[in-house]
Amino acid sequence: MELISPGIGLVFWMTVAFGIVFFVLAKYAWPTITMALAKREKHIIEALQAAELARKEIVQLKIDNEVLLQQAREERDVILADARKIREKFLEESRQKATEEAERIIENAKENIENERKAALVEIKNQIAIISIEVAEKILKEKLQTTEAQEKYIEKLL
Amino acid sequence: MIKGYFVNILFFKKLQFLISFLFLVVSFQSYASETEKEHQTSTKEEKLNAGKLIIGHIVDAYEWHLADWGDTHLTIPLPVILIDEGKFHIFMSSKFHHGNESYKGYEIAQGGRYNGKIVRTIEDGTQIRPIDFSFTKNAFGLFISSALMLLIFFNVAKMYRRGNEVPKGMQALLEPVILFVRDEIAIKSIGKKHYRKFLPYLLTVFFFILLNNLFGLIPFFPFGANLTGNLAITGVLALFTFIITTFRGNKNYYRHIFNTLGVPWWLKVPLPLMPIIELVGVFTKPFVLMIRLFANIAAGHIVILGFVSLIFVFGQASALQGFIISPLSVILLVFMNVLELLVAFIQAYVFTLLSSIYFGMAVEESHH
Repeated sequence: MELISPGIGLVFWMTVAFGIVFFVLAKYAWPTITMALAKREKHIIEALQAAELARKEIVQLKIDNEVLLQQAREERDVILADARKIREKFLEESRQKATEEAERIIENAKENIENERKAALVEIKNQIAIISIEVAEKILKEKLQTTEAQEKYIEKLL
Repeated sequence: MIKGYFVNILFFKKLQFLISFLFLVVSFQSYASETEKEHQTSTKEEKLNAGKLIIGHIVDAYEWHLADWGDTHLTIPLPVILIDEGKFHIFMSSKFHHGNESYKGYEIAQGGRYNGKIVRTIEDGTQIRPIDFSFTKNAFGLFISSALMLLIFFNVAKMYRRGNEVPKGMQALLEPVILFVRDEIAIKSIGKKHYRKFLPYLLTVFFFILLNNLFGLIPFFPFGANLTGNLAITGVLALFTFIITTFRGNKNYYRHIFNTLGVPWWLKVPLPLMPIIELVGVFTKPFVLMIRLFANIAAGHIVILGFVSLIFVFGQASALQGFIISPLSVILLVFMNVLELLVAFIQAYVFTLLSSIYFGMAVEESHH
């Protein structure tokens, strides 16, 4: 019987004690705790959202970087191609110039040779003429040593 | 409305325990009382009365009994406050000399209708019970656990006031439980819209029951008062739930009680069967809360004390039997204590969950 008959005194003390605990905690402890928890949860959600945003930004940045890199690569290719062209052009030009120069030199040389040859020929002709005259002189001198011969020759000419 | 009559399985199991142990207790009692009579005149040494011992440990007392040393009783006397014939009588319970003497005409009844309570015997021999506001063992234990609860949660609140820091110590221990009560109990059964109003009460009730369940399991002073296994305590808790439900109930809640929709008219007129059933349900719900918590915790204590008593019962038969039975008893005691630890949490959860379900019904919006 004792076990199942609640005492009025304990009911009174329980109402007082639990009432105080409930009132005081509900006024001073629970709002602080629940508000702090809600604030923290909000903070965490915001932090997560910020992290997500940052992640997206990084992805975007990566894409941008990729694009930039691609552009740079293309530009480099263009520059390299240009340089190659310029070099080839330059080489071509130099080669042409060299060829022309060489040709010109060869031409000059040829001209010189021709001139030299012509001069030599003239010299030879002159020498031949002198030598021929001298030979003719000598022969004449030989043939016309006597007076009879000289007269015969005049006769012939006349 | 089925929920109102819902009795959980644990309660049934505990009831079985309770009943079987009550039989055990009764048999011990009769056995003990017979032997008592034999010994009363010859020796002062009494035979152990397990039933009396167990009940004596789980009911309230006017003094806090710590230990016995032969014939000396080590107890803490507590103030007795009586209102009798319009007059206050306040004195310490030590005046009763552990129930052996009377003081100012008052004494602690031994047996009878008011067994263990303070009574006054009038001329014709009948016992009169004065209005008893004594600061009993349970009241004392109640104030200790209430003070501890305030201390704990003020400290935790102070920790939260520091701002967004990583929870430490007590805060880290209690935060998951607070979140559990908020998310799994309050929000799930009341809903996001209304739960805020009830959360302080639910948190208070959860931790109050849990703390006192756990303290009840610690057998040393200043713990060990069987608070949640006392009908006065569980009754007041249930009354709080009932009052809050009644005052917070909206139009829809009361219409549901007095004019349930979707029920054939002949169940309401001329004989208001449904309203009567619903109205009874309003009162049975908190009543069930009161009984469930009380029965679960009291039964647990009875079983534990039963195992403790076993050692002494067998020990009195012969020392050898006592030695043989004690290891078995200790194993069972450890098992029971672990089970009670689980029950301490489950019962706190069940009480809070059902309270919040009732609150949820009270503020439910009409969806017809």
